[in-house]
Amino acid sequence: MASEKSSSDLTLLDFWVSPFGQRVRIALAEKSLPYEYVEEDLLAGKSDRLLQSNPVHKKIPVLLHGGKPVNESLIIVQYLDEAFPDTPSLLPADPYARAQARFWADYVDKKVYDCGSRLWKLKGEPQAQARAEMLEILKTLETELGDKEFFGGEHGFGFVDAAFAPFTPWFMSYEKYGEFKVAEVAPKIAAWAERVGKRESVAKSLYSPDKVYDFIGVLKKMYGIE
Amino acid sequence: MAEKGVKVFGMWASPMVIRVEWALQLKGVTYEYIDEDLGNKSDALLRHNPLTKKVPVLLHDGKPIAESAIIVEYIDEVWKDGYPIMPADPYERAQARFWAKYADEKCNAAIYPVFTATGEAQSKVVHEAQQCLKTLEKALEGKKFFGGDAFGYLDVIVGWYAHWLPIIEEVSGASVVTEEELPLMKAWFDRILAVDVVKETLPPRDKLLALNKARREQLLSA
Repeated sequence: MASEKSSSDLTLLDFWVSPFGQRVRIALAEKSLPYEYVEEDLLAGKSDRLLQSNPVHKKIPVLLHGGKPVNESLIIVQYLDEAFPDTPSLLPADPYARAQARFWADYVDKKVYDCGSRLWKLKGEPQAQARAEMLEILKTLETELGDKEFFGGEHGFGFVDAAFAPFTPWFMSYEKYGEFKVAEVAPKIAAWAERVGKRESVAKSLYSPDKVYDFIGVLKKMYGIE
Repeated sequence: MAEKGVKVFGMWASPMVIRVEWALQLKGVTYEYIDEDLGNKSDALLRHNPLTKKVPVLLHDGKPIAESAIIVEYIDEVWKDGYPIMPADPYERAQARFWAKYADEKCNAAIYPVFTATGEAQSKVVHEAQQCLKTLEKALEGKKFFGGDAFGYLDVIVGWYAHWLPIIEEVSGASVVTEEELPLMKAWFDRILAVDVVKETLPPRDKLLALNKARREQLLSA
């Protein structure tokens, strides 16, 4: 992760384990764009800079380009494609393929984190429901991936891959809380997770499953969940 | 062999569907409109959108696309020499997408309770809806439309408020978009309703009012 001021004048306000921030880190790495990484210690409170840069949601990631803020991880990734058109793009060129990529990235965005959170936050019947939903989500994504190497298909590693890859270290935690194995429920997704984890941009942006599991433990303590 | 042409699977009273019609009409694209009975969805709709089974679905030369905001961007990209819907500048595009997402995720969720709330509860949900719309209204400051001088992407996404919100207000007895609370939005409503593609596609007010009155009664008696 670059830490010095950069010639592309990009700053990323982020939180180390955030899958949403990691999407942006992956995109920046895929594009070889230098940037200043700023760790927001969210557990300690939000900085003035963050609150000013994202007054509506007060959330990371925030990309500052020449000081101007762009918010929402998938919007930031699309922005990087459009603002830096001479770098490898994450969205494909064909409009239909782009629409499909946006649809599936949106699906990941709407479903995975929320359902996963319910898996580790809740018990009993609501947890069982979250488990059933997570299995459904994984199977749906499995069908979409099919036999492709990446969700991007002909395009290669793409928008949906960048959107979903940051959740792969969370699989171990989902498996523990949900008592299932991704490799059994969605073997193609499990294989994709392994492939994508070896990709340089992804490997250097993500943290280990153990670190994620420990972080969930920290969150549970904070929320007073057993 | 996939059939050529453009089809829209929609429902006459749906604001999400109208976005797609506005986009197509701005580009001058001819399309076939299929009005769905949402209580008895066609095989074609279910086949083309098996995941959510919702309208709108755009079928272009036999290939389906779902999710209205995604469909609008698709239309802009395919018919790129027509009316420009998305802003040209990448930063402006990011802002437009940001506000579209905010409107769809936050404002819609804040507006819906206004439809069914009664009595004391109503003033609380009205206030929350107004707070949400006030935040969105900031993107209108100094402009005729969200798109600037011309009707653009964000206007396509939230323009439905101009026709549907007054109906929701009439049906529920609530006052949300007032001169006092949301002056910019109120003025923008008038401009939206004067746009040609809007005028040509809006469902008849009396029909929409009757449908929403009936739906509200149904929800309140459930």
